[in-house]
Amino acid sequence: MKPVTVITGRAVPLDRSDVDTDQIIPSDWLKRVERTGFGAGLFAEWRDDRDFILNNQDFVGANILVAGHNFGTGSSREHAVWALLDYGFEAVVSSQFADIFHNNSILQGLLPVTVSQQVDRALLDAVQADPTLELTIDVARGTIEAPAAGITATFSLDEFTRERLLNGWDEIGLSLRHEADIDKFEARRPDWLPTTV
Amino acid sequence: MSRSSSGPRTLADKVWDAHVVHATEGEPDLLFIDLHLVHEVTSPQAFDAIRLAGRSVRRPDLTLATADHNVPTIDINKPLVDRVSAKQLEVLSSNCAEFGIICYPMGHDNQGIVHIIGPEQGLTQPGMTIVCGDSHTSTHGAFGALAFGIGTSEVEHVLATQTLPEQRPETMAVNIEGELPPGVTAKDIVLAVIGKIGTGGGMGHVIEFRGAAIRALSMEGRMTVCNMSIEGGARAGMVAPDQTTFDYLERRPHAPKGADWGDAVEYWRSLPTDEGATFDKEVHLDATTLMPYVTWGTNPAQVVPIDGAVPDPSSLAGAEDRDAAARALDYMGLTSGTPIREIVVDTVFLGSCTNSRIEDLRAAAAVLDGRRIRFGLRAIAVPGSRRVKDQAEAEGLDKIFTTSGFEWREPGCSMCLAMNPDKLAPGERCASTSNRNFEGRQGRGGRTHLVSPAVAAATAVAGHFATPEDLDR
Repeated sequence: MKPVTVITGRAVPLDRSDVDTDQIIPSDWLKRVERTGFGAGLFAEWRDDRDFILNNQDFVGANILVAGHNFGTGSSREHAVWALLDYGFEAVVSSQFADIFHNNSILQGLLPVTVSQQVDRALLDAVQADPTLELTIDVARGTIEAPAAGITATFSLDEFTRERLLNGWDEIGLSLRHEADIDKFEARRPDWLPTTV
Repeated sequence: MSRSSSGPRTLADKVWDAHVVHATEGEPDLLFIDLHLVHEVTSPQAFDAIRLAGRSVRRPDLTLATADHNVPTIDINKPLVDRVSAKQLEVLSSNCAEFGIICYPMGHDNQGIVHIIGPEQGLTQPGMTIVCGDSHTSTHGAFGALAFGIGTSEVEHVLATQTLPEQRPETMAVNIEGELPPGVTAKDIVLAVIGKIGTGGGMGHVIEFRGAAIRALSMEGRMTVCNMSIEGGARAGMVAPDQTTFDYLERRPHAPKGADWGDAVEYWRSLPTDEGATFDKEVHLDATTLMPYVTWGTNPAQVVPIDGAVPDPSSLAGAEDRDAAARALDYMGLTSGTPIREIVVDTVFLGSCTNSRIEDLRAAAAVLDGRRIRFGLRAIAVPGSRRVKDQAEAEGLDKIFTTSGFEWREPGCSMCLAMNPDKLAPGERCASTSNRNFEGRQGRGGRTHLVSPAVAAATAVAGHFATPEDLDR
């Protein structure tokens, strides 16, 4: 994974709560066995509506998605994260993320930025009012700022996750540092535990 | 980060503590995974990555695969019409063959929905850690296992290491005291819980379902409740193992045998939450006040008792809830104030990892016996596995379904998620025993109402939402 440090750019306001991963990438797209090319399926059903925010030319080229409360709920499909990345998003802002979506995002280097509901509202309003508004998200400092709109806020990220993002560490590699511990653990598991064979 | 392991502990904490391979302050715990379930949708990219990195599957003997999401439920002996689905199924079989993983493909005696076959084979046992690239892995928590859904990168991680780095979740007790009224089921319990805590209310938490109403449930009912924990945003749902659990497991193909059985039961009896252990959050529901529930909106927290009516968005408290409700009513083609019983449905779906076990089929068949479904209505019954199908047929349930007008299908995820030929058409309204009423979930433009198997069956007969008791009136 490549390091994630500072993300600067314009944002799209997706002013809806409880956006589920079935909307982010509809299940038709899940039949594919590849990891690339999911951008075309991002919000595929909503994008058929001409008035949907991603069809608004003012927001073309934005790399930050600002969404309502509880983003990424529902299915565990990592395809949702692949679709957001493939479309060009580098960060998603919400006042709450579903657990599995949050994990998937971190592992793929899509930055989930959790802010308070007030900050989320302020960002949605500011971006709606001014599509050219520039945002800067700094992983090391844990800040999200839109100076032209007078918004400066912090977001929380546990220290380990922050380091992992800043350094682009491969998670499997990190776990395999403890291979000797895995061997020891396996040796002491009770015999009656089931195997699939 | 580890909490102290001394003092009274919760069920979730005990299972967690027993699986920590490595702990470092300030880092996630590295957890050993006892069982990794795999299906065709979320695994191909993980196997590719394993190959690319030159890694192998560490424990194929703790891994089990089945085909469920894409499989058709009719004509399974003919080539699949959908070539993209066919390819995904082929890729699952070839990946499993290459890495030495047992796979139950379409048509196999043990094939079925991944969350149905784990328990039915006795692979799901108390105190285990179980993962799958599927959010409804929470189902297995009904046995007192810590079971949760993961993404494809984590599937790859488990294939390569048989471990996962995880932050210890918070705990939430959902206490359901008292006795359920007649006609109220496990599905209604969990819909009521989600309606109370909201779709994000369980975020970051493992829920332990407790109380007399949970203890009184069968394993099938407990699985239904834990299955939909994810719909309340929870990391996992759990029920403490007890005699009901042991009775279900004994003599299952992969359950411990002989002297091992005694050792296992002794360990399992040590797992329930200790007296005096505290939860980070507690929620209480009075079982005696619960009713059959029906969802009206596009997320599972948008739910009302069947005696109720479609709500008025302007009566809701928050601006976000009002907007969401208004948008949901528009999508669902519903008008505020319409009594739920007056809503006419086009289709009834009995199936999914939530409600396709033998007990669910029996509950629906009991309502349908001697009755016919409404003329013009489409109704399908889809057993969760080949074993469930065989058992249902041995009990003659298939005859009851087909005589009533239901179609009797082959096992799979079917109409839960529109990845196979079973789908809703735009605008088609469905009473469904599945778990998600998201926009387009059962097919683009389809309108889903989540209900219990008994309500689904009664609704099929009445043509509009109904309880079995309504049919006798």
